[in-house]
Amino acid sequence: MRLSPTPSQTVGPFFHYALLDEDLSNLVAPDHPSAIRIEGTVYDGAGEVVPDAMLEVWQAGADGRYAHSEDGFSGFGRFGTDDEGHYEFVTIKPGPVPGPDGQPLQAPHIWVSVFARGLLRRLATRVYFPDEEEANASDPVLASVGDPDLRSTLVARAMDGDLLRFDIHLQGDRQTAFFDV
Amino acid sequence: MAQQSSSKPTGRGRDGEADVHPPYLYPDYKATRLRAPEKPLVILPESLSEVTGPAYGHGRVGPLDHDLTRQHGGDPLGERIIITGRVLDGDGRPVRNSLIEVWQANAAGRYIHQGDQHPAPLDPNFTGAGRCLTDDEGRYRFVTVKPGAYPWGNHDNAWRPAHIHFSFFGPAFRTRLITQMYFPGDPLFDQDPIFQSVRDPKARERLISRFDLETTEPEWALGYRFDIVLDGRAATPMEH
Repeated sequence: MRLSPTPSQTVGPFFHYALLDEDLSNLVAPDHPSAIRIEGTVYDGAGEVVPDAMLEVWQAGADGRYAHSEDGFSGFGRFGTDDEGHYEFVTIKPGPVPGPDGQPLQAPHIWVSVFARGLLRRLATRVYFPDEEEANASDPVLASVGDPDLRSTLVARAMDGDLLRFDIHLQGDRQTAFFDV
Repeated sequence: MAQQSSSKPTGRGRDGEADVHPPYLYPDYKATRLRAPEKPLVILPESLSEVTGPAYGHGRVGPLDHDLTRQHGGDPLGERIIITGRVLDGDGRPVRNSLIEVWQANAAGRYIHQGDQHPAPLDPNFTGAGRCLTDDEGRYRFVTVKPGAYPWGNHDNAWRPAHIHFSFFGPAFRTRLITQMYFPGDPLFDQDPIFQSVRDPKARERLISRFDLETTEPEWALGYRFDIVLDGRAATPMEH
Protein backbone atom coordinates (compact mmCIF):
# COMPACT_ATOMS: atom_id res chain seq x y z
CA MET A 1 0.00 0.00 0.00
CA ARG A 2 1.27 3.44 -0.88
CA LEU A 3 1.56 5.99 1.86
CA SER A 4 0.22 9.41 1.06
CA PRO A 5 2.94 12.07 1.14
CA THR A 6 3.22 14.86 3.66
CA PRO A 7 1.97 18.08 2.03
CA SER A 8 4.31 20.90 1.12
CA GLN A 9 4.17 24.33 2.79
CA THR A 10 5.91 27.57 1.90
CA VAL A 11 9.47 28.20 3.05
CA GLY A 12 8.23 31.60 4.25
CA PRO A 13 10.36 34.73 4.59
CA PHE A 14 12.54 33.78 7.57
CA PHE A 15 14.67 30.85 6.40
CA HIS A 16 18.00 32.53 5.70
CA TYR A 17 19.69 31.98 9.04
CA ALA A 18 18.81 28.29 9.00
CA LEU A 19 19.23 27.29 5.36
CA LEU A 20 21.70 29.78 3.92
CA ASP A 21 24.16 30.07 6.78
CA GLU A 22 26.60 28.15 4.63
CA ASP A 23 27.42 29.66 1.22
CA LEU A 24 26.95 27.03 -1.48
CA SER A 25 27.05 29.32 -4.49
CA ASN A 26 30.50 28.12 -5.55
CA LEU A 27 30.12 24.51 -6.68
CA VAL A 28 33.74 24.84 -7.79
CA ALA A 29 36.30 27.49 -6.93
CA PRO A 30 35.95 30.56 -9.14
CA ASP A 31 39.50 30.00 -10.41
CA HIS A 32 38.74 26.40 -11.45
CA PRO A 33 39.98 26.03 -15.05
CA SER A 34 36.53 24.95 -16.28
CA ALA A 35 34.49 27.33 -14.12
CA ILE A 36 31.42 28.96 -15.61
CA ARG A 37 29.19 31.55 -13.99
CA ILE A 38 25.42 31.55 -14.21
CA GLU A 39 23.45 34.57 -13.05
CA GLY A 40 19.92 35.81 -13.27
CA THR A 41 17.05 37.65 -11.67
CA VAL A 42 13.84 36.19 -10.29
CA TYR A 43 10.70 38.18 -11.22
CA ASP A 44 7.09 37.95 -10.09
CA GLY A 45 3.98 38.34 -12.24
CA ALA A 46 4.08 42.14 -11.97
CA GLY A 47 7.67 42.23 -13.20
CA GLU A 48 8.93 43.07 -9.72
CA VAL A 49 12.06 41.37 -8.51
CA VAL A 50 11.79 38.63 -5.89
CA PRO A 51 14.35 39.43 -3.19
CA ASP A 52 13.50 36.59 -0.82
CA ALA A 53 13.84 33.44 -2.93
CA MET A 54 16.12 30.49 -2.31
CA LEU A 55 17.47 28.51 -5.26
CA GLU A 56 18.92 25.02 -5.17
CA VAL A 57 20.80 23.53 -8.10
CA TRP A 58 21.54 19.90 -8.85
CA GLN A 59 23.64 18.74 -11.77
CA ALA A 60 25.87 16.04 -13.14
CA GLY A 61 29.62 16.41 -13.44
CA ALA A 62 31.49 16.98 -16.69
CA ASP A 63 31.29 13.22 -17.31
CA GLY A 64 27.48 13.28 -17.19
CA ARG A 65 27.26 11.34 -13.95
CA TYR A 66 25.57 12.53 -10.79
CA ALA A 67 26.87 12.59 -7.23
CA HIS A 68 30.58 12.75 -6.61
CA SER A 69 31.37 11.85 -10.15
CA GLU A 70 34.51 13.90 -9.93
CA ASP A 71 36.87 14.60 -7.15
CA GLY A 72 35.10 16.79 -4.63
CA PHE A 73 32.34 17.91 -6.97
CA SER A 74 29.00 17.34 -5.23
CA GLY A 75 26.84 18.86 -7.95
CA PHE A 76 24.66 20.59 -5.36
CA GLY A 77 24.42 24.28 -4.60
CA ARG A 78 22.05 26.67 -2.86
CA PHE A 79 21.88 30.40 -2.41
CA GLY A 80 19.41 33.23 -2.07
CA THR A 81 18.38 36.15 -4.25
CA ASP A 82 19.59 39.56 -3.08
CA ASP A 83 17.66 42.81 -2.67
CA GLU A 84 17.61 43.17 -6.45
CA GLY A 85 16.27 39.65 -6.95
CA HIS A 86 19.65 38.66 -8.36
CA TYR A 87 21.46 35.36 -7.92
CA GLU A 88 24.76 34.03 -9.19
CA PHE A 89 26.62 30.77 -8.89
CA VAL A 90 29.86 29.26 -10.14
CA THR A 91 30.01 25.72 -11.44
CA ILE A 92 31.25 23.57 -14.29
CA LYS A 93 29.22 22.64 -17.32
CA PRO A 94 27.67 19.19 -16.87
CA GLY A 95 28.13 16.53 -19.52
CA PRO A 96 25.26 14.96 -21.43
CA VAL A 97 23.30 12.69 -19.09
CA PRO A 98 22.60 9.10 -20.11
CA GLY A 99 18.92 8.21 -20.35
CA PRO A 100 17.50 4.87 -19.23
CA ASP A 101 18.07 1.91 -21.60
CA GLY A 102 17.17 2.75 -25.13
CA GLN A 103 16.63 6.44 -24.38
CA PRO A 104 18.61 9.15 -26.07
CA LEU A 105 21.15 11.14 -24.11
CA GLN A 106 19.78 14.19 -22.39
CA ALA A 107 21.44 17.45 -23.31
CA PRO A 108 23.60 19.03 -20.60
CA HIS A 109 21.35 20.71 -18.06
CA ILE A 110 21.14 21.87 -14.46
CA TRP A 111 18.08 21.32 -12.29
CA VAL A 112 16.94 24.41 -10.36
CA SER A 113 14.44 24.45 -7.49
CA VAL A 114 12.90 27.76 -6.47
CA PHE A 115 11.55 28.27 -2.95
CA ALA A 116 10.02 31.52 -1.69
CA ARG A 117 7.37 33.16 0.40
CA GLY A 118 4.20 32.85 -1.68
CA LEU A 119 5.29 29.53 -3.19
CA LEU A 120 3.31 26.86 -1.34
CA ARG A 121 5.48 24.25 -3.03
CA ARG A 122 8.78 24.56 -4.80
CA LEU A 123 9.11 25.21 -8.50
CA ALA A 124 11.47 23.08 -10.56
CA THR A 125 13.06 24.14 -13.82
CA ARG A 126 16.14 23.30 -15.89
CA VAL A 127 18.96 25.42 -17.26
CA TYR A 128 20.07 24.30 -20.73
CA PHE A 129 23.11 25.63 -22.58
CA PRO A 130 23.00 27.90 -25.64
CA ASP A 131 26.07 26.31 -27.27
CA GLU A 132 24.38 22.89 -27.38
CA GLU A 133 21.91 23.47 -30.21
CA GLU A 134 22.20 19.98 -31.61
CA ALA A 135 21.91 18.20 -28.25
CA ASN A 136 19.08 20.51 -27.21
CA ALA A 137 17.20 19.75 -30.42
CA SER A 138 17.13 16.04 -29.59
CA ASP A 139 16.65 16.36 -25.83
CA PRO A 140 13.52 14.42 -24.79
CA VAL A 141 12.63 16.75 -21.93
CA LEU A 142 12.92 19.92 -24.02
CA ALA A 143 10.87 18.16 -26.70
CA SER A 144 8.11 17.52 -24.16
CA VAL A 145 7.58 21.27 -23.78
CA GLY A 146 5.12 21.82 -26.62
CA ASP A 147 5.07 25.61 -26.73
CA PRO A 148 8.27 26.87 -28.43
CA ASP A 149 8.22 30.16 -26.51
CA LEU A 150 7.92 28.32 -23.23
CA ARG A 151 10.65 25.90 -24.32
CA SER A 152 12.99 28.78 -25.09
CA THR A 153 12.81 29.96 -21.46
CA LEU A 154 14.86 26.91 -20.51
CA VAL A 155 17.95 27.85 -22.51
CA ALA A 156 20.37 30.25 -20.83
CA ARG A 157 21.69 33.27 -22.77
CA ALA A 158 25.41 33.56 -23.48
CA MET A 159 26.91 36.72 -22.06
CA ASP A 160 30.52 37.88 -22.03
CA GLY A 161 33.23 35.29 -21.47
CA ASP A 162 32.19 32.39 -19.26
CA LEU A 163 28.98 34.07 -18.07
CA LEU A 164 25.49 32.75 -18.77
CA ARG A 165 22.22 34.45 -17.92
CA PHE A 166 19.09 32.60 -16.78
CA ASP A 167 16.26 34.82 -15.58
CA ILE A 168 13.31 33.18 -13.86
CA HIS A 169 9.81 34.61 -14.36
CA LEU A 170 7.38 33.03 -11.91
CA GLN A 171 4.28 34.26 -13.73
CA GLY A 172 3.08 36.25 -16.76
CA ASP A 173 3.71 36.25 -20.51
CA ARG A 174 7.37 35.50 -20.03
CA GLN A 175 6.83 32.77 -17.46
CA THR A 176 9.61 30.21 -17.20
CA ALA A 177 8.74 26.58 -17.91
CA PHE A 178 8.37 24.62 -14.68
CA PHE A 179 8.22 20.85 -14.36
CA ASP A 180 6.04 18.51 -12.39
CA VAL A 181 8.75 16.41 -10.81
CA MET B 1 -12.65 32.08 3.57
CA ALA B 2 -14.20 34.38 1.04
CA GLN B 3 -12.30 33.31 -2.01
CA GLN B 4 -12.18 30.08 -3.89
CA SER B 5 -8.82 28.55 -4.31
CA SER B 6 -7.65 27.76 -7.77
CA SER B 7 -5.79 24.64 -8.56
CA LYS B 8 -4.53 25.84 -11.88
CA PRO B 9 -1.98 24.80 -12.83
CA THR B 10 -2.82 21.64 -11.03
CA GLY B 11 -0.06 19.80 -9.42
CA ARG B 12 -1.59 16.63 -10.64
CA GLY B 13 -1.19 13.53 -8.58
CA ARG B 14 1.09 11.22 -10.46
CA ASP B 15 -0.73 8.19 -11.76
CA GLY B 16 -4.00 9.96 -11.09
CA GLU B 17 -3.60 10.05 -7.32
CA ALA B 18 -5.35 12.96 -5.69
CA ASP B 19 -2.75 15.61 -5.09
CA VAL B 20 -2.14 16.26 -1.42
CA HIS B 21 0.00 19.31 -2.03
CA PRO B 22 -1.43 22.82 -2.02
CA PRO B 23 -2.09 24.55 -5.33
CA TYR B 24 0.39 27.21 -6.38
CA LEU B 25 -2.35 29.82 -6.53
CA TYR B 26 -4.32 30.11 -3.30
CA PRO B 27 -5.62 33.70 -3.37
CA ASP B 28 -6.41 33.84 0.35
CA TYR B 29 -2.64 33.63 0.83
CA LYS B 30 -1.96 36.92 -0.89
CA ALA B 31 1.69 36.35 -1.71
CA THR B 32 0.70 33.53 -4.09
CA ARG B 33 -1.18 35.93 -6.38
CA LEU B 34 1.88 37.27 -8.18
CA ARG B 35 4.16 34.32 -7.61
CA ALA B 36 2.09 31.33 -8.71
CA PRO B 37 2.83 30.15 -12.25
CA GLU B 38 -0.17 30.21 -14.59
CA LYS B 39 1.03 27.90 -17.33
CA PRO B 40 0.59 24.19 -16.71
CA LEU B 41 3.55 22.38 -15.27
CA VAL B 42 5.42 20.34 -17.85
CA ILE B 43 5.04 16.64 -17.23
CA LEU B 44 8.39 14.87 -17.41
CA PRO B 45 8.55 11.73 -19.51
CA GLU B 46 8.02 9.03 -16.88
CA SER B 47 11.32 7.31 -17.52
CA LEU B 48 13.20 10.56 -17.01
CA SER B 49 12.02 11.36 -13.50
CA GLU B 50 15.01 12.53 -11.56
CA VAL B 51 15.99 9.69 -9.25
CA THR B 52 19.34 11.12 -8.26
CA GLY B 53 19.69 13.71 -5.54
CA PRO B 54 22.25 15.49 -3.43
CA ALA B 55 23.73 13.75 -0.40
CA TYR B 56 24.01 17.08 1.35
CA GLY B 57 24.73 17.89 4.94
CA HIS B 58 26.65 14.92 6.27
CA GLY B 59 29.60 17.07 7.18
CA ARG B 60 27.42 19.85 8.43
CA VAL B 61 25.68 18.36 11.45
CA GLY B 62 27.34 19.04 14.80
CA PRO B 63 26.63 16.97 17.94
CA LEU B 64 24.32 19.61 19.48
CA ASP B 65 22.65 20.79 16.30
CA HIS B 66 19.52 18.75 17.09
CA ASP B 67 19.12 20.49 20.46
CA LEU B 68 17.97 24.07 20.01
CA THR B 69 17.96 24.59 23.77
CA ARG B 70 21.72 24.13 24.11
CA GLN B 71 23.15 26.48 21.52
CA HIS B 72 23.84 29.36 23.93
CA GLY B 73 25.07 29.99 27.46
CA GLY B 74 21.69 29.49 29.15
CA ASP B 75 18.31 27.88 28.74
CA PRO B 76 15.87 29.57 26.38
CA LEU B 77 12.54 30.70 27.80
CA GLY B 78 9.45 28.73 26.92
CA GLU B 79 7.93 25.31 27.09
CA ARG B 80 10.65 22.71 26.41
CA ILE B 81 9.54 20.09 23.90
CA ILE B 82 10.89 17.00 22.15
CA ILE B 83 9.84 16.32 18.57
CA THR B 84 10.52 12.93 17.12
CA GLY B 85 9.27 10.80 14.28
CA ARG B 86 10.21 8.82 11.21
CA VAL B 87 10.83 9.82 7.62
CA LEU B 88 9.49 7.23 5.17
CA ASP B 89 9.18 6.95 1.42
CA GLY B 90 5.86 6.24 -0.27
CA ASP B 91 6.40 2.51 0.11
CA GLY B 92 6.90 2.82 3.84
CA ARG B 93 10.64 2.30 3.72
CA PRO B 94 12.80 4.39 6.04
CA VAL B 95 14.67 7.34 4.54
CA ARG B 96 18.08 6.79 6.08
CA ASN B 97 20.97 9.08 6.81
CA SER B 98 19.25 12.08 5.28
CA LEU B 99 19.49 15.72 6.35
CA ILE B 100 16.61 17.42 8.17
CA GLU B 101 16.76 21.15 8.83
CA VAL B 102 14.35 23.05 11.10
CA TRP B 103 13.76 26.69 11.97
CA GLN B 104 11.21 28.46 14.09
CA ALA B 105 10.18 31.49 16.11
CA ASN B 106 11.01 31.63 19.81
CA ALA B 107 8.45 31.13 22.57
CA ALA B 108 7.31 34.74 22.20
CA GLY B 109 6.62 34.27 18.50
CA ARG B 110 9.66 36.20 17.29
CA TYR B 111 12.17 35.03 14.67
CA ILE B 112 15.76 36.09 15.02
CA HIS B 113 15.59 36.97 11.31
CA GLN B 114 16.08 40.69 10.61
CA GLY B 115 12.88 40.66 8.57
CA ASP B 116 10.82 39.99 11.70
CA GLN B 117 10.47 43.27 13.62
CA HIS B 118 7.14 42.77 15.37
CA PRO B 119 7.11 43.86 19.02
CA ALA B 120 7.89 40.60 20.80
CA PRO B 121 11.19 39.99 22.57
CA LEU B 122 14.17 38.14 21.16
CA ASP B 123 15.67 35.52 23.46
CA PRO B 124 19.46 35.75 23.79
CA ASN B 125 19.50 32.00 24.46
CA PHE B 126 17.57 30.96 21.40
CA THR B 127 18.42 31.10 17.70
CA GLY B 128 15.76 28.71 16.47
CA ALA B 129 17.71 26.75 13.83
CA GLY B 130 18.62 23.08 14.03
CA ARG B 131 19.55 20.08 11.92
CA CYS B 132 20.11 16.37 12.19
CA LEU B 133 20.46 13.22 10.11
CA THR B 134 17.90 10.43 10.15
CA ASP B 135 19.11 7.08 11.52
CA ASP B 136 18.86 3.64 9.91
CA GLU B 137 15.16 3.44 10.78
CA GLY B 138 14.48 6.90 9.37
CA ARG B 139 14.10 8.30 12.89
CA TYR B 140 14.99 11.80 14.02
CA ARG B 141 14.73 13.74 17.26
CA PHE B 142 14.87 17.46 18.07
CA VAL B 143 14.76 19.23 21.42
CA THR B 144 13.50 22.81 21.34
CA VAL B 145 10.91 25.15 22.87
CA LYS B 146 7.37 25.48 21.61
CA PRO B 147 7.22 28.45 19.22
CA GLY B 148 4.69 31.22 19.80
CA ALA B 149 2.06 32.37 17.33
CA TYR B 150 2.87 35.63 15.57
CA PRO B 151 1.04 38.29 13.56
CA TRP B 152 1.56 38.87 9.86
CA GLY B 153 0.15 41.21 7.28
CA ASN B 154 -1.81 38.84 5.07
CA HIS B 155 -5.26 40.03 6.16
CA ASP B 156 -6.83 41.96 9.00
CA ASN B 157 -5.71 40.60 12.38
CA ALA B 158 -3.88 37.69 10.76
CA TRP B 159 -1.87 35.36 13.00
CA ARG B 160 0.16 32.32 12.08
CA PRO B 161 -0.55 29.23 14.18
CA ALA B 162 2.50 28.01 16.10
CA HIS B 163 4.65 26.05 13.67
CA ILE B 164 8.13 24.73 13.01
CA HIS B 165 9.56 24.73 9.49
CA PHE B 166 10.99 21.38 8.35
CA SER B 167 13.22 20.76 5.33
CA PHE B 168 13.88 17.25 3.96
CA PHE B 169 16.07 16.03 1.12
CA GLY B 170 15.41 12.31 0.88
CA PRO B 171 17.21 10.23 -1.75
CA ALA B 172 16.25 12.05 -4.96
CA PHE B 173 15.74 15.48 -6.46
CA ARG B 174 12.04 14.78 -6.57
CA THR B 175 11.78 13.83 -2.89
CA ARG B 176 12.84 17.31 -1.77
CA LEU B 177 10.24 18.70 0.63
CA ILE B 178 9.89 21.84 2.70
CA THR B 179 6.87 21.96 4.99
CA GLN B 180 5.60 23.21 8.34
CA MET B 181 4.69 21.21 11.44
CA TYR B 182 1.79 22.42 13.57
CA PHE B 183 0.58 21.62 17.10
CA PRO B 184 -2.67 19.84 17.94
CA GLY B 185 -5.75 21.90 18.73
CA ASP B 186 -4.41 25.27 17.64
CA PRO B 187 -7.30 27.81 17.57
CA LEU B 188 -5.64 29.69 14.70
CA PHE B 189 -6.01 26.93 12.09
CA ASP B 190 -9.32 28.16 10.68
CA GLN B 191 -8.07 31.60 9.74
CA ASP B 192 -4.62 30.61 8.46
CA PRO B 193 -4.52 30.46 4.65
CA ILE B 194 -1.14 28.71 4.57
CA PHE B 195 -2.44 25.78 6.61
CA GLN B 196 -5.79 25.87 4.76
CA SER B 197 -4.08 25.87 1.36
CA VAL B 198 -3.84 22.10 1.72
CA ARG B 199 -7.34 21.35 0.51
CA ASP B 200 -7.60 17.67 1.44
CA PRO B 201 -8.58 17.60 5.15
CA LYS B 202 -6.82 14.27 5.69
CA ALA B 203 -3.63 15.61 4.16
CA ARG B 204 -3.92 18.76 6.27
CA GLU B 205 -4.17 16.63 9.41
CA ARG B 206 -0.81 15.11 8.56
CA LEU B 207 0.82 18.50 9.11
CA ILE B 208 -0.24 18.41 12.75
CA SER B 209 2.05 16.70 15.23
CA ARG B 210 0.43 14.69 17.97
CA PHE B 211 1.15 14.87 21.66
CA ASP B 212 2.93 11.70 22.72
CA LEU B 213 3.25 10.68 26.36
CA GLU B 214 5.84 8.05 25.47
CA THR B 215 8.13 10.71 24.07
CA THR B 216 7.41 13.03 27.00
CA GLU B 217 10.18 12.98 29.61
CA PRO B 218 9.15 13.37 33.28
CA GLU B 219 10.18 16.62 34.95
CA TRP B 220 11.76 17.70 31.68
CA ALA B 221 9.91 18.09 28.37
CA LEU B 222 6.64 17.40 26.55
CA GLY B 223 6.88 15.04 23.60
CA TYR B 224 5.35 15.40 20.16
CA ARG B 225 5.39 12.95 17.29
CA PHE B 226 5.62 14.05 13.65
CA ASP B 227 6.03 11.39 10.95
CA ILE B 228 6.80 12.34 7.37
CA VAL B 229 6.26 10.63 4.04
CA LEU B 230 8.28 11.91 1.11
CA ASP B 231 6.96 11.95 -2.45
CA GLY B 232 8.36 9.84 -5.16
CA ARG B 233 8.74 6.20 -5.66
CA ALA B 234 12.39 6.25 -6.65
CA ALA B 235 12.97 3.26 -8.91
CA THR B 236 10.04 1.17 -7.69
CA PRO B 237 7.21 0.79 -10.18
CA MET B 238 3.71 1.78 -9.16
CA GLU B 239 1.23 -0.92 -8.29
CA HIS B 240 -1.98 -0.70 -10.24
